[in-house]
Amino acid sequence: MTLPLIAIFGALTLLAAFLSDRIRGLFLFTLSILAVYALQPALPIRYLDFWLPTAALGLATVFWISLRGADWQSALQRDNLLSAAWMGLLILTLALTRFLPSLNSLLTPSTPPRLELVFAALLVVTTLAALTGRVRFGWVHAVGLVALIVLLAVLKSPEASLWMAKMLRLANGQSAETASSFDIRWLGISYITFRFIHTLRERQMGTLPEVSLREYVTYIFFYPALTAGPIDRLERFVKDLRTSFKPTQDDWTVVVQRIGLGLFKKFVLADSLALMALNAQNADKVQSTGWAWILLYAYALQIFLDFSGYTDIAIGMARMVGIRLPENFNSPYLRANITQFWNNWHMTLTQWFRAYFFNPLTRSLRTRKFPIWSVIFITQLATMILIGLWHGVTVNFVIWGIWQGLGLFIHNRWSDATRARVGEWASTTLRQNMLNVLGILLTFHFVALSWVWFVLPAPALAVQFFARLIGM
Amino acid sequence: MNESFNLFRALLKGLAIYLLIVLLFTLPLPNLGGLSAYNSLFPGRPRLPFGENPAEAYNFSLYNLDAMFASHEIAAGPKPADEFRVLVIGDSSVWGTLLRPEETLSGQLNASAPTYCGKQARFYNLGYPTITVTKDVMMIDYAARYQPDQIIWLTSLEAFPLDKQLDTPLVANNAETIDALIEKYDLPLDPNDASLIRPDFWDRTLIGQRRNLADLLRLQLYGVQWSATGIDQIYPPYPAPQTDFADGDDKFHNLRPPLDPSALAFEILAAGMNHSPAPILLVNEPILISDGVNSHIRYNFFYPRWAYDSFRDRLKVRAEAEGWNYLDAWNIIPPSEFTNSAIHLTPAGENLLAQTILAALQPSCP
Repeated sequence: MTLPLIAIFGALTLLAAFLSDRIRGLFLFTLSILAVYALQPALPIRYLDFWLPTAALGLATVFWISLRGADWQSALQRDNLLSAAWMGLLILTLALTRFLPSLNSLLTPSTPPRLELVFAALLVVTTLAALTGRVRFGWVHAVGLVALIVLLAVLKSPEASLWMAKMLRLANGQSAETASSFDIRWLGISYITFRFIHTLRERQMGTLPEVSLREYVTYIFFYPALTAGPIDRLERFVKDLRTSFKPTQDDWTVVVQRIGLGLFKKFVLADSLALMALNAQNADKVQSTGWAWILLYAYALQIFLDFSGYTDIAIGMARMVGIRLPENFNSPYLRANITQFWNNWHMTLTQWFRAYFFNPLTRSLRTRKFPIWSVIFITQLATMILIGLWHGVTVNFVIWGIWQGLGLFIHNRWSDATRARVGEWASTTLRQNMLNVLGILLTFHFVALSWVWFVLPAPALAVQFFARLIGM
Repeated sequence: MNESFNLFRALLKGLAIYLLIVLLFTLPLPNLGGLSAYNSLFPGRPRLPFGENPAEAYNFSLYNLDAMFASHEIAAGPKPADEFRVLVIGDSSVWGTLLRPEETLSGQLNASAPTYCGKQARFYNLGYPTITVTKDVMMIDYAARYQPDQIIWLTSLEAFPLDKQLDTPLVANNAETIDALIEKYDLPLDPNDASLIRPDFWDRTLIGQRRNLADLLRLQLYGVQWSATGIDQIYPPYPAPQTDFADGDDKFHNLRPPLDPSALAFEILAAGMNHSPAPILLVNEPILISDGVNSHIRYNFFYPRWAYDSFRDRLKVRAEAEGWNYLDAWNIIPPSEFTNSAIHLTPAGENLLAQTILAALQPSCP
């Protein structure tokens, strides 16, 4: 999110803070829908920047009906029908800005498609939603999960994205020659998908609360957390949404502190560090080992401050309207080992992977009587590779995942093997502090070095930079 | 009720402090441009900051002279006793477009390592990629504080049209400095010229100066990448300079033959030459002499023959009359040694120019 967009959404959220509970709910629902379009970057494939947000909203509607299971007919309650109508009306209104050139790049990234096409799309979504109620929900959920994973894989893979961009360009009557994998930048799709998968899996496990369409759409597309998380849980989010809220001085203190801190972290510190941080362009031009380390440290700090700054802004903005978004970072660089680091870095993402991948895989391997060390090895490695692939389906992210997975595995084995002896040695506060400081330094450098794989897309370039770091 | 009141009071205090800071900047404050991490945390830059693609060049253009010079290696500290300090002044051809620092004229002069008056000569690149005599006079005047022993000033006809003297951004954004120069040297320039940008009250507040302050910070931050990589310019592929002139155009700006000397900045040049803090070697810099269609009308993209020949004659006469140390190097570089313009040279071209200048440079010792 850019500063002007943060200012606009911040001001609108401030307005929402003073609305009555019922109107605030509708207001947040409306803002979340509009945000999906307003935050979507403009794309070179004609009308795609309108269709992607529309598709996301359509998917949310279909999934919401499927989540209701056998009780799908309750979806036809007046409140839900009104919400659906309001959503359709908003989409049509956005499409109408096609005829108001001064507005059509303000609310949508570019000129919306023709009105009849938007009508047709809404009809398709309505038909799909109606059909969803008539097929077996388990089937819908399974297909939905697979489709979401395939979608993420395609969007995160440069080759697949490029192929899809070419197909879409050809279908649109545009030249495929200028296609690029960046043609399909779907804003927030990672976080949207995680929230979809969370609700589908919780539904499969029978632990999902019943929510209205308005609540579900607000949860999935909640604008402060749309672009960079955190990934909240539906149950917790809806509890806040349903609680009567009037901001107190404590709330305002949190709002001012978190937004102020977030803006400072992101737009002063992180953006300044970006001017000196390691990147694909300067990696092979660094002339000395000392400067190579400085560029790497700058990147390590930049990525943390950038991401945690956005999280602070999201938490502060949400607090204005009584939503207590979960924390995402808790001083991760001050953790004494890699396990603690991952318990405090992008916490909602790691919790998500723990819940829907790591724990089920661990249970599955344990029931098959695998040795405990191999269970830890496989689960840690697979989870971190998957997190790596979530950032992009490329070799460098796989290596980054292996690096983290091996780090977690080695730390696990090492701490198991040495716990007793280390506990015996660290019998004084001084020794404990020494160990702690050493652990923090080691962990920070282990993580900082892993960012080399993360930030440099070509493994050969990363190897070259590692050589520079050790003076070669 | 009490809670709302406290919140309101806190916001009010915050707003008051903010306004105070915003307005504080309208007061005469110490110039922040002099604060620099260069020559301490980072090495000084071998040429003044300039660049149109900062993200790749780790360099960019700003107009704060203090900040520009503070980032330059000339500001590294007091002048060493055994240094014979030579400032090289001029346009982009001196700054070194498409050249690495060691390939520029100053770089090549330093590589020759001459000694004068028993001291080791050190040549400082103070070229800046805009071409006006007034800008050069401003740079010479500013650089006087660095105690030069000699100045080499390269110029060309394109720097002379009077009507463009105040147009370049570096000059236009330093109106107070130009005012002082006009008064000090009685320059034939209008201080009320609309080109000169004069900040009003609001422009001087923190909000009005946010861009300038951000530029100062960015200059420091790019110091890291510049120090780490040594890169201060990008080197894209470029087209060769134009040598064919199909339309036979013989115009030079809005001038027509015969050349009207009053439309050129000879008096500004004279002010710079005659009030210099050190002896100056004035060099009429090399130009591309093209051999293409209509090259009998134009030497190159910049100059029709009538205007340039007349300019050279007048400059020579004036230099002789004033007793200036003058080198006319206009034709010493073969066309193959020009890069993307009629005044930008290849490293070999710069080397040839450097040797010619060294042969002409005969500083007088105290």
